[in-house]
Amino acid sequence: MTIPLLEVQDLQTVFHTEEGAWPAVSDIDIRLEAGEILGLVGESGSGKSVTGFSIFGMIDAPGEVTQGRVLFKGQDLRELSAESMRKLRGDRIAMIFQDPLMTLNPVLRIEEQMLEAIDAHQKLPKAQALQRCVEALAMVGIPAPEKRLRSYPHEFSGGMRQRVAIAIAMLNRPDLIICDEPTTALDVTIQGQILYRMQQICQAQGTALIWITHDLGVIAELADRVAVMYGGRIVETGTVAEVLDAPRHPYTQGLLNSLPAQATPGERLTQINGMAPSLSGRVPGCAFAPRCGRATPRCVDEQPPVTTIPGRAFRCFVPLEAPAA
Amino acid sequence: MMQPDKPLMTIDPSKRAQPLQDTPQRRAILKKLRSKPSVKGAVIALVLLLAVVLLAPFLSPQNPYDLGALDLMDGRLKPMSEAASGMTYWLGTDDQGRDMLSAILHGLRISLMVGLSAVVLATIIGSLVGLVAAYFGGWVDTVLMRIVDFILGFPTILVALVLLAILGRGVDKVVIAIVMVQWAHYARIMRGRALQERKKEYIEAAKNLGFPGWRIMTRHLLPNCMGPVMVFATIQIANAIVLEATLSFLGVGVPITEPSLGLLIANGFQYLMSGDYWISMFPGLALLALILSINLIGDRLREALDPRK
Amino acid sequence: MTAMTTPVIELRDVHKRFVSAPDLLQKIVGAVARQPAQTRTVHAVNGVNLQIAKGEVLGLVGESGCGKSTLGRVVAGLHPATEGQLLYKGQDVSGLGGQDKLAYTLGVQMVFQDPQASLNPRQKLHQILGEALHVHKLAPAAEVPGRVDAALAEVGLASEYRARLPHQISGGQRQRIGIARALMVTPEFLVCDEPVAALDVSIQAQVINLFMDLRAQRGLTYLFISHDLGVVRHISDKVAIMYLGKIVEMAPTAEIFGQAQHPYTQALLAEVPDVGRRKRVFTPIKGEIPSPLNPPPGCTFHPRCPHAMERCKQEVPRLRETSAGHVTACHLLD
Repeated sequence: MTIPLLEVQDLQTVFHTEEGAWPAVSDIDIRLEAGEILGLVGESGSGKSVTGFSIFGMIDAPGEVTQGRVLFKGQDLRELSAESMRKLRGDRIAMIFQDPLMTLNPVLRIEEQMLEAIDAHQKLPKAQALQRCVEALAMVGIPAPEKRLRSYPHEFSGGMRQRVAIAIAMLNRPDLIICDEPTTALDVTIQGQILYRMQQICQAQGTALIWITHDLGVIAELADRVAVMYGGRIVETGTVAEVLDAPRHPYTQGLLNSLPAQATPGERLTQINGMAPSLSGRVPGCAFAPRCGRATPRCVDEQPPVTTIPGRAFRCFVPLEAPAA
Repeated sequence: MMQPDKPLMTIDPSKRAQPLQDTPQRRAILKKLRSKPSVKGAVIALVLLLAVVLLAPFLSPQNPYDLGALDLMDGRLKPMSEAASGMTYWLGTDDQGRDMLSAILHGLRISLMVGLSAVVLATIIGSLVGLVAAYFGGWVDTVLMRIVDFILGFPTILVALVLLAILGRGVDKVVIAIVMVQWAHYARIMRGRALQERKKEYIEAAKNLGFPGWRIMTRHLLPNCMGPVMVFATIQIANAIVLEATLSFLGVGVPITEPSLGLLIANGFQYLMSGDYWISMFPGLALLALILSINLIGDRLREALDPRK
Repeated sequence: MTAMTTPVIELRDVHKRFVSAPDLLQKIVGAVARQPAQTRTVHAVNGVNLQIAKGEVLGLVGESGCGKSTLGRVVAGLHPATEGQLLYKGQDVSGLGGQDKLAYTLGVQMVFQDPQASLNPRQKLHQILGEALHVHKLAPAAEVPGRVDAALAEVGLASEYRARLPHQISGGQRQRIGIARALMVTPEFLVCDEPVAALDVSIQAQVINLFMDLRAQRGLTYLFISHDLGVVRHISDKVAIMYLGKIVEMAPTAEIFGQAQHPYTQALLAEVPDVGRRKRVFTPIKGEIPSPLNPPPGCTFHPRCPHAMERCKQEVPRLRETSAGHVTACHLLD
């Protein structure tokens, strides 16, 4: 049996304040095969972005990754030196952010930024490097790529900038790309174009994706597997069909039910009352318990352990019924 | 009526999860977090400064403005000399027989008064102009900003010299001279901020609710634009003090009978070469210390006022 | 069935243009460089006709740059229309003065998109809510605290919240305060500009329910602007699709979602992420959304339209009734 491309075990990241270290995410277990697309779904405060940054090694003070292993092709990233990690980033693992201007330097031409991204990891003759840049831009659908190389980021529209950011991420043919809400700020038709490109690239190059979002619809259409996060923990995971058609965790069910698309027009939507707790406002047990219609006192005091069926897992003392076999 | 926004289960606050107290890097991280300078130290320094300055008349051994109390025979005495009356001249005397310590304390007082009042006045005038220009836009903005540009085109000292030549000497005239040029800076800063803030939706909401223009300007726009102006003002206090010192040094600021630090330094200049260093040096050091403290306090306050709540 | 009652809001051929004329310096530079500085015009709203009847919810859908937010602000009176007429309860708004003008200003209220920017960060919640009552003397001072508490309760917030500042409450709660503030002046018409776009999914459901409850209880009429077709479908009676300043299709909700006729509407519907679809093969629409500074000639959608004909590049299609209550602007349907 081959080792998975990425295996995260028992990851915990905390944020330090005077009162103590509040766990932003805990007990994170993720398993990703080569070429697989995993959707990491959650609302604000669920810890989905912190998870992505923790895997990528980008947690800075006052944050700290305190526990767990991040096994990339069998190697624990947390044990690597800063220099070794730097070599991996941009080469084998890349990251795309919600705001493309986090990737793109507004005062440098695209050409310089792309050449720099290649140069940091391998020495290619300039002509060859330029050729690769042009190919990358063409692959994300930028028209007249040779000319656009000389442009500055502000000369592109929002959707185009994001595509350039994706092209940069793809330059060195990474094995894994972590995408933190890359299409949230974009219009629906532009989002469609970007999802199309991502799908093409992943199928052509066998790149694995972790797609972080709050939009269940995008995950449904794009991903193979999904992990639902709430209050810093993964509360449910499985294939997209399993989780979205037959959720076991009450939060997943509540989320699906509250979508307007799932409701009859004109009728009240099923809503989840209350709001997600802040880092310091969680209960010792299941973070969703205060809002959960099925919660028992045990749910508040005790953290539910993971119930695992092959390929499927959830954390709940009072899960929903399994679908009839 | 909608159900109040209560979670389905009320959780006793004491039953909340507790944070971790021990992690591999907690100590290092906390050290970094705590090293951020606190505002408390700065405020204490400020209060001390203000106290010394306000209490100057009571603290100083001698009233340096009372010409009758001065004894020319006591002129140019070294620090720690004794006076005929038994008083110790801790920092020596100047050529008029004035106790340097008392003169410095009073001089500090004048410097601080000038600095603070010039800044307060310039802030009020400049903020008003900037606010009106930003809120009304159009030709109002154009006219006001061209005036601001015009004034900013003149070097402050030059304008101050001309104004003081016209107005005569005196602490209040110095303040007026400083304000007449400085307000333009505040106007620009306020206008820049107000232009940004004016586009925000709570201003649109206020218009949508039919509030009159002056109310939107003063109740909604102004309080949210004070930040950068306050930051600038704290820097400008030191500048105003230096400006006053310069003008007095040049002989156009305060009258000779009520010397400020600048004038004291000027007075002592001629004696530097003959070895009576204390007449210039101590006022100079005092001025330096004052500017340094104000800048440090200003730095701390700026960090505290930083909008990254 | 003809509507005998006057629509609450009516727009007749409304245009809104933003002109940036070159200033003196730009003109000088232009003269020197022999490239005259251009006056740039953004045609944000380009000839819109609308009627919204009392109690109706019109959903206005479009992407960035389509002009829907500008249109909303024109309706609310925050931007005066450059051309055309806006009628409130049958009266032309530009001719109103005094009490009538105030009635219109307060009668059409707006709920904004960004919950954070739409509240004065320095005002406590009770001040935000009570201010309009004080300024317009809508209630005696002694009654104001009671009205504020009632408003808080109406949007589902406990009265302890009255002393808080906006940064001390969550995004969803801020949005509810924005709604409560609009309701304090008892408006008849609410322009909702992307009111749930900035909120989490589970909070969106709460706020959408709130909108629906308020409509039922207070008999309000809404112009509901959103890019989220799912939300629009749920709450609207009629839907209008906007592209680059023009309405390209308008029909009752079920018809738009069931029998969309305009190619842009069809593309939009196809692109909306659907939880029911799995492993979709994406076939997105081509091209970028054109800038409103430089709209394409003829039908502004033609560069991206899979069915574009020669005629589409030259002639602007007019909004025509293609079936009962359904209007579309497209040459394909002639």
